Amino acid sequence: MPLSIFAILVIFFAIGLTKDPRLIPSPLVGEPLPVRQLDKLDSTEGTLHTNNLGGSNFILNVWASWCAACLEEHDLLMELATLNTIPIVGLNYKDTRKDASRWLYKNGNPYLQTWFDPNGQFGMELGVYGVPETFFVDKTGIIRHKHIGPLSRNSISQAIEILNTEQNSSR
Amino acid sequence: MKILAFLIFAIFVGNANGQTFLVDEKTFADDSMQLRYDVLMEELRCLVCQNQTLADSGAGLAQDLRKKVVSMIENGNSDQEIKEYMVQRYGEFILYRPRLNYSTIMLWFGPFILLLIAIGVIVRVIQPSRPASTNQKANSENKFYNDEKHP
Repeated sequence: MPLSIFAILVIFFAIGLTKDPRLIPSPLVGEPLPVRQLDKLDSTEGTLHTNNLGGSNFILNVWASWCAACLEEHDLLMELATLNTIPIVGLNYKDTRKDASRWLYKNGNPYLQTWFDPNGQFGMELGVYGVPETFFVDKTGIIRHKHIGPLSRNSISQAIEILNTEQNSSR
Repeated sequence: MKILAFLIFAIFVGNANGQTFLVDEKTFADDSMQLRYDVLMEELRCLVCQNQTLADSGAGLAQDLRKKVVSMIENGNSDQEIKEYMVQRYGEFILYRPRLNYSTIMLWFGPFILLLIAIGVIVRVIQPSRPASTNQKANSENKFYNDEKHP
C-alpha cells in the first residue's frame, strides 16, 4: 500500500517535471488576431491584416533587438523566408527604430512587413509576456497556434501543419 | 558574531532598498480608487516573474500592466472588467485566486478529496484492528476452554 502510493506520487511528479511552468497557454488561440492601426518600422502606417498579405496564412513573429533568444531563431526564419511558402510578419516589441533597423541590417530581414510597437501596446493586446513569441494566423485572421520562446525546425513544421489541417476542417 | 549580526542587518536593509527601488507606487486622489488599485495589484500575477504579484514586481511587463490598470480605473472600468481584460489576453493564470471552472476544479476541491481519502485510510487502519483483537481474544479463550475441556 505505501509503495503504491509512492509510485503514484512518482508518476505525478514525473509528469509535473516535464512541464515548463513558463509556458502559459494563450487564451487567444482560436480567437481572431486583433486588428489595429499600427506604425511600421519604416514609419508608414497601416493595419496588420491578412488582406494586406494576399489573404494567406501568415506567421507573426514578435522580436526585439535586445532579445538574445531572437538571434537563436533568426537563422531559421531567414531560411523559411527564402522558401517563400508562408509570409513572415515581424512585430518589433519595446524597441527603438534605430536599434531595430540596425539589427535587421546586421542579421538579415526575413519579414515581409515589420510593425513597430515601441511601448508594447499591441503586444499587450496579444498577451505577449516575453520575446520571442510567434503567432500562426490562418487566412481568415484566426490565431491557430502560439509558440513561446525561440522557434525550432520541429515547432515551425508542426505549427504549419496545424494551420493547414485547421483550414481543411473549416472548409 | 558581530559579522553575523551585520550580515543579518544587511539583508534587511538590502531588501528594503530593493523594494522601494522597484515598485513605482501609484497614488490616486480618490481613496476608493486607491483601495481598488491596491487590491487588484495583489490579485494579479506578474507573468514574467511568476511568484510575484503585479504589486511587487519590477519587470517591464508588470509596469505596463500596472499602467493599464491605472488607466482602466480612471476610465471608470469595474474591477470585473479589468480582470476580464487581463484574462482574455493572458489567461486564467494571471489571477492569483483562480476562478472555479473545469480546469481548476481539482485545484479547488483536490485538497478536500485528499482529506476525505486520508480520513478513509485512518478509519480503515483503526477499525479492523478492534474486531481482529477481540476475535483473537475470543479464539484464545476458546482455545483455553477447549484445552480445559480436553486436557
